[in-house]
Amino acid sequence: MRPSPVAVQRIVVVSIWALALMTVGVLLFIILFILVHGLPQVSWEFLTTFPESMGRKGGIFPVIVGTIMVAGLAVTVAAPVGVATAVYLTEYTTEGRLTAVIRFGADCLAGIPSIIFGLFGFVFFAITLGMKLSVISGALTLALMVLPTIIRTSEEAIRAVPYAYREVSYGLGSTRSQMIIKVVLPSALPGICTGVVLSLGRSISETAAVILTAGSALRLPHSLFDSSRTLALHFYILSREGISVSNAYATASVLIITILALNLFAYWLMRRFMARVG
Amino acid sequence: MYGVIPKISSEGTRRAEALRARVGVIPKILVGRRRLSSKALRALVLAATMALIMPCIGCKDDGGRVVSVVGSTSIQPFAEFLAEQYGRKDPGLQVEVQGGGSTVGLQAVANGLAEVGMCSRALNAEEVEQFTPITIARDGLAIVVNPANQVSRLTTGHLRGLFSGTIKNWKDVGGLDGPVRPITREEGSGTRESFVHLVMDKERISRAALTQESNGAVKELVKGDPAAIGYMSLGLVGEELKALQIDDVEPTSENVLAGTYKLARPFLFVTKGPVSPEAQRFIDYVLSSEGQRILESEGLVRAQ
Amino acid sequence: MKQDKFVSTVLMLIALSAISGLALITVFIFMEGLPMILRTGAREFFLSSDWDPRAGHFGIFSMIIGSVAVTTGAMTIGSVFGLALAIAFTQFCHPRLAALLKPVIELLAGIPSVVYGFMGVVTLVPLIRTYLGGAGLSVLAASIVLGIMVLPTVTSISVDALRAVPRPYWEGSIALGATRWQTTHMVMLKAARSGIATAVILGMGRAVGETMAVIMVAGNALEAPHSILDPVRTLTSNIALEMGYASGEHRRALFATGVTLFVIIMLLNTVALRVSRRAAGRKG
Repeated sequence: MRPSPVAVQRIVVVSIWALALMTVGVLLFIILFILVHGLPQVSWEFLTTFPESMGRKGGIFPVIVGTIMVAGLAVTVAAPVGVATAVYLTEYTTEGRLTAVIRFGADCLAGIPSIIFGLFGFVFFAITLGMKLSVISGALTLALMVLPTIIRTSEEAIRAVPYAYREVSYGLGSTRSQMIIKVVLPSALPGICTGVVLSLGRSISETAAVILTAGSALRLPHSLFDSSRTLALHFYILSREGISVSNAYATASVLIITILALNLFAYWLMRRFMARVG
Repeated sequence: MYGVIPKISSEGTRRAEALRARVGVIPKILVGRRRLSSKALRALVLAATMALIMPCIGCKDDGGRVVSVVGSTSIQPFAEFLAEQYGRKDPGLQVEVQGGGSTVGLQAVANGLAEVGMCSRALNAEEVEQFTPITIARDGLAIVVNPANQVSRLTTGHLRGLFSGTIKNWKDVGGLDGPVRPITREEGSGTRESFVHLVMDKERISRAALTQESNGAVKELVKGDPAAIGYMSLGLVGEELKALQIDDVEPTSENVLAGTYKLARPFLFVTKGPVSPEAQRFIDYVLSSEGQRILESEGLVRAQ
Repeated sequence: MKQDKFVSTVLMLIALSAISGLALITVFIFMEGLPMILRTGAREFFLSSDWDPRAGHFGIFSMIIGSVAVTTGAMTIGSVFGLALAIAFTQFCHPRLAALLKPVIELLAGIPSVVYGFMGVVTLVPLIRTYLGGAGLSVLAASIVLGIMVLPTVTSISVDALRAVPRPYWEGSIALGATRWQTTHMVMLKAARSGIATAVILGMGRAVGETMAVIMVAGNALEAPHSILDPVRTLTSNIALEMGYASGEHRRALFATGVTLFVIIMLLNTVALRVSRRAAGRKG
């Protein structure tokens, strides 16, 4: 006797919800595990003092500064360049073979493993261009890594701006550049910012691309040509080498909270974007 | 920040007024944008400025140079400790130490990425021509197993078999019944090179061996796996692992000094060409009696 | 008008430098890697398992198997659970609960890979070692960790695909008396199948490219795995482990591995594009 569709549905719904809850459960477990073990160690002191004994004791101040410098510089370089490129591709060129190829190339590069960017950055920036292991080597490598993503998300955001806005602007007598700067970009800005903020999050969590470009020196970088360590790399080293379990958890907590905050911010921006343009 | 409606021509302004009267929506859109855009833009500018100003906040006044020391993960913790001690005596000079493995150190010196390379094996003929090695200490190569492992002593022959994969079960060497899991280092590791040279002779390390990229990682792995066997720097073994007697000799620094524990290798600082005065100061410190005393107390053997 | 010309020239220059910067990477990698593959011979490079840089042998076959094994495992776990989550969200969930949970999943997508790797080493590897045998560092561990990592990607794109199915499809099916599950598997999943396929393909791309988490839990043995409990080395781990000290031909071999990965990603993206284009064509 075939089971009734309602019975089948009941079984299916239960199983699917079981799977779904297992999934959400695992993800939450990971975050809570780290935070429970690490948050007790995270204090203002931890964030502002220097490490001692290569990270066994002390705080992570130079690592935080190093992370801000490397990731901040990467996004500061990549964002204007990416947005300008997106603007050029959408507003100044016509849809054709060339733009399709560029778009495909950007999509591919957005998916290339970060270790390959690391290898390129190591050989090209650190060695060939002589920048050595430094903040700027790391930042330029990361900038190249997030550039395709910024170009694509900015492009999508700019395209989502209704054509009517452009028509109205032209109707008011503006030139193309005025229209772009004063109408299109401001409307697309939340979407663009979402892409930028997500790229910032990606830069901060990067390890493979910075380990041989920005290096792993545990000190405060005094210039762009000094080597420094990022939060994700510091966590990797602390945990892998068994240097300090408690500091590892604490560093991971700082890292996770920063990224969650960034993602929340990006999500909030996206909501505003949808509300305006949708 | 931005003008609401571009004042290009009076014609445009008139049209805008007409549109505003009719639709009422355009100024609101543009005004709304302006509020968001200037705020967002200010935030971005602030973040960018902070990213570039940050270094100056923690800036201590040291116009001093930095000496970059890169290489062996065996030497790394000792070099870091020495750098810290040296930093207390001579705050003007910062020594930064990074790991990666002995060959990474040599490559870094060759490419100009670092001034001093750390190498935990003897240089081969080609390398001797390129680089200048300075022996700073001698270290034993410890064969480590998990404390729960029953085995306490092995011969070099046993080691060859265990690491090449010919001996697959612990009971064949006096332990309990169970599979053997050899752990090796990556190819560029000085520790691996020394191990291959001193133990493996012509045989190759099993391709099924787990590979880890530093002494610390090997230690963590052996700590957790009762069936594991690995090799690492004697000075880094610590209390949590069991170092085996090899050919009936205890793995201690005294035996390394005496030459009875055969598995030993030099710790080298490697430079290329002329050395900067700052780097020379650090090297001299490491070779001084104080530096050597520190290394001895940490478990190494003097350079002599 | 002059201002307009100025702006457009500036934008063009920036766009050209950005594009040429990205093209530079591609060209550089291919220029370093491709000649090496041709010199060694494609068969020798791709089909030989003998990776022995000191002897000058560069065969990446065991690592290709490693990457394939780990990716397949990861996608099995990632797609099953990811799709289940997406179906639960869109089909069997109160809309407000769904609206609450979707950002949660997307937030979780931002956890760094080293954290996943660490959790794998601390919780998963000992479990596998104690209850299933082997070293714990294995294909299974890497698959599970990677599967969890790509899950949010698969879920998020599948949710978008399912939401994009026109409402009349759902309404029509319900109106005909189907239960929600019957509607789901007979109508919704079929309609959204290209979007779901895209989700899986993009997830696969992410799994292939992951490095740090894999190094931490996969064991990095040179030999190709014979079972899911055997340790494994993937193409990306190999690059990460050796790039610091590789020089000369060895370094070029790593670039050649990079070329291989590049081509794999390009193929995956092409397939994804074609799949989504076919869907758009059919619907539009």
